[in-house]
Amino acid sequence: MPQLASANASVVIDRLRAWKPESVSQVIEYRGETTIVVPPMLLLATAKQCKEDPELQFNQLSDATCVDRFPNEPRFEMNYQLLSIPRLARVRLRTSVSGQPPVIDSLEPVWPGANWMEREIFDLFGIRFEGHSDLRRILLPEEFEGSPLRRDFPVEGKR
Amino acid sequence: MTTVETAVGTSKTMVLNMGPQHPSTHGVLRVLLELDGENVVTAVPDLGYLHTGIEKSCEDKTYSQAITLTDRMDYLNPLGNNLVYCLAVEKLLGLEIPKQAQYIRVMMVELQRISSHLVWLGTHALDMGAMSVMLYCFREREEILKIFERFAGQRMMTSYIRIGGLALEPPAGWRELVKRFLDMMPARIDEYEELLTNNRIWRGRLKGVGYLPAETLIAMSTTGPGLRAAGVAFDNRKAFPYSSYEEFEFNVPTRTESDCFARYLVRVQEMRESLKIVRQAMEKITDQGPIKSEAPGIVPPQREKMKTEMEALIYHFKIFTEGFSPPPGEVYVPIESPRGELGCFIASDGSPKPLRVHFRGPSFVNLQALPLMVKGQLIADTVASIGTIDIVLGEVDR
Repeated sequence: MPQLASANASVVIDRLRAWKPESVSQVIEYRGETTIVVPPMLLLATAKQCKEDPELQFNQLSDATCVDRFPNEPRFEMNYQLLSIPRLARVRLRTSVSGQPPVIDSLEPVWPGANWMEREIFDLFGIRFEGHSDLRRILLPEEFEGSPLRRDFPVEGKR
Repeated sequence: MTTVETAVGTSKTMVLNMGPQHPSTHGVLRVLLELDGENVVTAVPDLGYLHTGIEKSCEDKTYSQAITLTDRMDYLNPLGNNLVYCLAVEKLLGLEIPKQAQYIRVMMVELQRISSHLVWLGTHALDMGAMSVMLYCFREREEILKIFERFAGQRMMTSYIRIGGLALEPPAGWRELVKRFLDMMPARIDEYEELLTNNRIWRGRLKGVGYLPAETLIAMSTTGPGLRAAGVAFDNRKAFPYSSYEEFEFNVPTRTESDCFARYLVRVQEMRESLKIVRQAMEKITDQGPIKSEAPGIVPPQREKMKTEMEALIYHFKIFTEGFSPPPGEVYVPIESPRGELGCFIASDGSPKPLRVHFRGPSFVNLQALPLMVKGQLIADTVASIGTIDIVLGEVDR
């Protein structure tokens, strides 16, 4: 529904810019989807705003995904799919994560459903989520070493 | 080994290990139960026993090669997995799918939904002790699997939905087959309801069990029948229609009690709604028109053309050796699987292999709510709660 997507997109961008202009560092419209690039420092605050602003009402986090852009820097890109059930609208928040080890704020305080999603990313990519209640591996055994979904980890595995 | 920290110095609680080999965990799920007598104090799921690295493997294959991997995640909904992945790739490519292919996709996915709910009902009833329902549900599911075998040559891992349309034309005589199923099915669903819905034992085991308020479910990112049984009428087929769902008339059943019994009623009613959709799809399919898009270089040419025309041969060769390269970009496509919102996120870097493929599995996300659901309940209610979430471990672990 292209019309709805762009109407929803302008509401989100306008409200976020009205709240804090620096929160929207870039807007990408592609194939009818809107991605708002947020600076890593403002991720938690922007997410909270998206949830609590009465005109945005993004009350559910559909998905949290990480993309490894190795060898480009910043290396990791976090994508959060937000869903507003009352407004039937979707938007994507994107931020970059860098550092050794890579650290970003956890969105679990905003959407508790982010718990396992972030644990999976910690498990497979090695990104630490600051403020997560229970950050430990979820799919791989505890003693496993390495972050298999990183691009420099071979698909056959290490022995 | 994952363990549960119990309070130091008390002998009040005991940690019991449930799974990964257990008839009621619906797969290889391990749950650590900290028990105070028969009541659950905490439940800690331990996942990963079926983790096969599907997302990593997809990065090593071309876009069309990865379709066979998608079948094997949620193994009770392979056509749904195919669909979400193909929709995402088609969105990346900006590819239009012919209407015939869209209607057939809808029909197949709704038949898959019925078959998935039948397995859910059969296993859930078996967990509660109603063993005959298991056999009845699997008997009906056989008919659906026979339909899939006629269409795709495969009962389960069909890979029938491909990028650009479908793998094969519908077989001759498919209408009689589907019609026979549609005529038989409503009475069978009534039969299940007759056995269960007003059954004292069934109601006793499920009413009031596994209750979670709607706000908690929304906050925990729960979707699907679990959310609809709490009164939230959110269904991706209605909210963000895909593959021509906007042309079909069907209802989205909801309840308000948000317990196991409400989820049972919602899923049984969803089976009836899916029958409605299959009936409408049968009328819409005209058996004329292409079942694949015309997209040389992306959708393989017909075999006769490939054997006689030079360009078709070259396209065929390029597609199956090198693959096609979508433009760089990212998309996320959500569909409504029998378990909830099934999403596919694909990031393309302009090469023939995807940079990143991520599947948002509803079973994985919905299972997060289990510890909240079982707190304070009996062990037997834990079995009911695991069943009511309707998890498939292939999707939880990928």
